[in-house]
Amino acid sequence: MRPLKPPPFDYDAPDTVEEALHLLAEHGDDAKVLAGGQSLIPLMALRLARPARLVDVGRIAALQAIRADGGLAIGAGVSQRTAERSPEIARHCPPVTQALPLVAHVPIRTRGTIGGSLAHADPAAELPAVALLVEADVVARSRSRGERVIAARDFFRGFFETALEPDELLVDVRIPPWPDRTGSAFEELARRHGDFALVGAGAVVGLADDGTVRDARLAFTGVAPTPIRVGGAESLLVGNEPTADAIAAAVEAARAELEPGDDVHATGAYRRHVAGVLAGRVLHDAVTHANRGTP
Amino acid sequence: MTADIPVELEVNGAPRRATVEPRRTLAELLREDLGLTGTHLGCEHGVCGACTVLLDGEPARSCLVLAVQARGRSVTTVEGLAHDAGRGVEGMHEVQRGFLEAISFQCGFCTPGFLMTTYAFLQERAANGVTAPPTDTEVREAISANLCRCTGYQSIVEGVQRAAALLHDGTGAV
Repeated sequence: MRPLKPPPFDYDAPDTVEEALHLLAEHGDDAKVLAGGQSLIPLMALRLARPARLVDVGRIAALQAIRADGGLAIGAGVSQRTAERSPEIARHCPPVTQALPLVAHVPIRTRGTIGGSLAHADPAAELPAVALLVEADVVARSRSRGERVIAARDFFRGFFETALEPDELLVDVRIPPWPDRTGSAFEELARRHGDFALVGAGAVVGLADDGTVRDARLAFTGVAPTPIRVGGAESLLVGNEPTADAIAAAVEAARAELEPGDDVHATGAYRRHVAGVLAGRVLHDAVTHANRGTP
Repeated sequence: MTADIPVELEVNGAPRRATVEPRRTLAELLREDLGLTGTHLGCEHGVCGACTVLLDGEPARSCLVLAVQARGRSVTTVEGLAHDAGRGVEGMHEVQRGFLEAISFQCGFCTPGFLMTTYAFLQERAANGVTAPPTDTEVREAISANLCRCTGYQSIVEGVQRAAALLHDGTGAV
């Protein structure tokens, strides 16, 4: 038999959240939660990750629900492909539906999960930026401390680093109700289709009755150790008409707020330039969608 | 040392079982424990798509699924595609016929993965009631999950379109 690529590990596949929390309480530091495995398994195949134990949460039915209750609650175990096809998510949280086709490829999205992507916190991934954009709450549970609700802005702490403790399981993502006259868009630039993006940008724009901007949000991926919002650019838009000039000013403000570094894939200057181009497009499209009454 | 785990699953409609180390992938279970070597392993970290199978009807990379994760699930491999494997070309599935007629391969290493991706793509179109032939753009989007290092893809795009036409000429069922 040929050698196996990942290092050996112990494996548990609990049927309930409670059992999973028990295992994480017992083994927390040595254990890693296995959701869809589309990031963790390649990392293990390359031996960049060597967990002593995997707690496979893929059989926990309670993590698979999508519930629309004014807002939206997406179970952490819902696959990206299921979310992409969900009419509830398209209606109540359109940026998720807009961003998901850009996440890897279909045979990855059938396995990859919403919660897994957030917990993995890849700085180039789309869903963490979407979580910031829609001001989601991440719900974590542990055996000793029960439920903890973490705002997305407090969840992403650094490069592949989140606020989750080793004994905690991400169980739910809660998204506030989608307001009227609000549009959104998400775009990215990748070297090849399905690759991680060099830069991604998402916008949400809400309009007041008089057509001025009531709410503007602009988030980026791939330009910092975590996904990032640009408050200065957002506040420039609020209270004004969303004209081409106003959007151009917001784009320049956004560029000034970003400090992407150089790496093997692109220089920081290139990333900043592309971030502005994408910001202009997503703001324009979000305004168009808000005006049209389609998110 | 970690304990081996018994895995029972359905493969191409038949119940199968094996006892595996937790770190064994579904691809290795299929190829080495069950002898189904039609599923190819290229990159083994989720990039190339050669190992694509259907897991509960959905396309998945079998190198990124642990065998233990497939416990109790249903797997379809390229060996399960043909209508009647004993009848050669006559028994082939339309997706296989399409690839054969368009000569959608040179070395053939990536072909099983492309066939499974194509099958899943055309099956989903049929399930959604789409009867129009897939455009070049739609086909390229669908097969973007798979890499071929020989053909330059044009013949694969033609093979997918030929497969769609064969399915449409027939019952329309995938």
